[in-house]
Amino acid sequence: MWDYSEKVLDHFMNPRNVGALDDADGVGEVGSMACGDALRLCFKLGPDGRIADARFQTFGCGSAIASSSMLTEMLKGLTLEQAARISNEDIARELDGLPREKMHCSVMGREALEAAMVDYYRRQGRDVPCGLLVQDVEICHCFQVSRETIIKTIRQYRLREIEDVTHYTKAGGGCTACHHDIRHLIEEVWQELEAAPAGLVQVEMPAVDDERSRQIREVLENDIARALRTDGGDIELVAIRGHRVHVKLTGACASCPSSGATIKGWVEQQLREHVSPDLEVVEVKS
Amino acid sequence: MTFNLQEGLPPRPPDGVYLDNNATTRVAPEVVEAMLPFLSGNYGNPSSMHAFGAAAGRAVDRARVQTAALIGAALPAEIVFTAGGSESDNLAIVGTLRAHPGKRHLVTTSVEHPAVLGLCRELQSRQGYEVDYLPVDARGNLDPDDLRRVLRPDTAVVSVMAANNETGVVFPVEEIGRIVKEHGAVYHVDAVQAVGKLPLDMADSTVDLLSLSGHKLHACKGVGALYVRRGTKLRPLIAGGHQERGRRAGTENVPGIVALGRACELAAAGREAEQVAVRRLRDRLEGAVLAAVPDCRVNGDPERRLPNTTNLSFDYIEGEGILLLLDRAGVAASSGSACTSGSLEPSHVLKAMGVPFIASHGSIRFSLSRYSTEEEIDYTAAALPRIVERLRAITPFGKERKTFGG
Repeated sequence: MWDYSEKVLDHFMNPRNVGALDDADGVGEVGSMACGDALRLCFKLGPDGRIADARFQTFGCGSAIASSSMLTEMLKGLTLEQAARISNEDIARELDGLPREKMHCSVMGREALEAAMVDYYRRQGRDVPCGLLVQDVEICHCFQVSRETIIKTIRQYRLREIEDVTHYTKAGGGCTACHHDIRHLIEEVWQELEAAPAGLVQVEMPAVDDERSRQIREVLENDIARALRTDGGDIELVAIRGHRVHVKLTGACASCPSSGATIKGWVEQQLREHVSPDLEVVEVKS
Repeated sequence: MTFNLQEGLPPRPPDGVYLDNNATTRVAPEVVEAMLPFLSGNYGNPSSMHAFGAAAGRAVDRARVQTAALIGAALPAEIVFTAGGSESDNLAIVGTLRAHPGKRHLVTTSVEHPAVLGLCRELQSRQGYEVDYLPVDARGNLDPDDLRRVLRPDTAVVSVMAANNETGVVFPVEEIGRIVKEHGAVYHVDAVQAVGKLPLDMADSTVDLLSLSGHKLHACKGVGALYVRRGTKLRPLIAGGHQERGRRAGTENVPGIVALGRACELAAAGREAEQVAVRRLRDRLEGAVLAAVPDCRVNGDPERRLPNTTNLSFDYIEGEGILLLLDRAGVAASSGSACTSGSLEPSHVLKAMGVPFIASHGSIRFSLSRYSTEEEIDYTAAALPRIVERLRAITPFGKERKTFGG
């Protein structure tokens, strides 16, 4: 018997926001019956641009239903930018935790959210923010798990074993044919992680280690880098010269053509909001 | 906006309904009574040279006679007490391999209990044995010709279950045994689910080794037995003592053995009448559910099944949700769904039968016992269709839509 929290059981027995929206602005569908779980998530924006309603339909176990229900509750009232920052971890946390073997249920929630937002941007004819783009190869065919999802999860949770990757993403839980690939991805990510130890890579130490540079580093690490990492990207602080913060985008963001505009603007906004309004971000290309 | 999955369920019976008897069974009150003295005053070691030991020794001897009688063994000495079904399976297979070091090949089936399947995989991957896993058809039946094809001169042991724990499908034990004997291999039968439910007569059988487990037949956990036909070569797994004629060292679990003996005696006395009653209730449950729930089917050959087991698949929903809701309704059952096992893989038994994923994820097993009542069955038959209906109300799939993107 799984050790489900009271919240998981409540959201399973009494799921919130079940169903579909006829006039949805975005619809995301992930999983399949073959996988053993599937989620259809839709949302509708209000006149203020915030999510006015969210609904779900789930084929899956108790924790999959609970994760979907909780996600729809979390989404209501958020802007799309805020919604994009909901991680699978956030969903699990709101449920007072999920058993390790069930973390993939929260990952499915996050994936459906991404799919629904991509659907929204496409319907609007707008560019999809790069972190949301799933432009990817499928590694695990049994459970249709993409390379990007696996890499992202290994990096985010510092996973070292195939078994852990399976617990978090379901990848490798079926025919096991992809275990070789997963092993490879784990090695790849860890090479990268070990080459660049946790936290920011400081290519060039800031000249003055004053209070402001300390704050900049803190915001970059605690808010910005962490958010980017959940989408497979990362950011390095290259230097702080006066009011100019030189950064380098890495990971998935580096190869994304729209990163310059979207990420730079967002990073700048974050730094201005949290540190000082005169800061300017300069993107250093590698 | 909240959707109550439990809405419309009939009022829950105060004591609950236990329909998971292939997992474990209630200890019969008669068994508890029989074993209690051996947990208090009669604590002697059967090997000891005094009255305490002699009393315990007599109790073990008696249990051996009772156990032998249930399976029709010619001699009580053919019974080796173990700690349970898994140990019996391990002793049978590994003990045989050790006794025949020149033989490097085993045969089993793709639907065995993990005690056998896991052991065979281990022997294959770590000890270099060659293993053939016989397939089953869509109804869970073996084709004896498949066995003929894989048997070799160096086949040490053929291990086949008597009845499947998940579907209840019964294998033709003697028909398989005759083929095994033609080829001179040792024949092991995992009869953990069959003992006490099906008639067994080892005195007139091709079986060399037969595993049984106490807690599946209303004895307690932690005790089992391996029938070893006289003359069958077997090396012990646990060495270091003369107990069980040197085939299983360690001071006997006297209370457990007494419990097993008494449970065997009860099963022998009541089996025929009980199994008729159990079959009637199982059929009543199955019939009522099939009639009330659309897109639902029985897994396993309905004609060749244990009388107490039904394995049902409900399309478009997942088994864990059904189990959790059944549990809230007081009904204990089990599922072949991936999510209940933590392995992500749905049941290897249903997979081997080629049951499509869409059905295996939503499979539920009900297994009855002599203690099941008509009221319990009718209550379950009323609650289950409602649970299925509620879960189907929140799934994105149905008859019209079986996949996304389609």
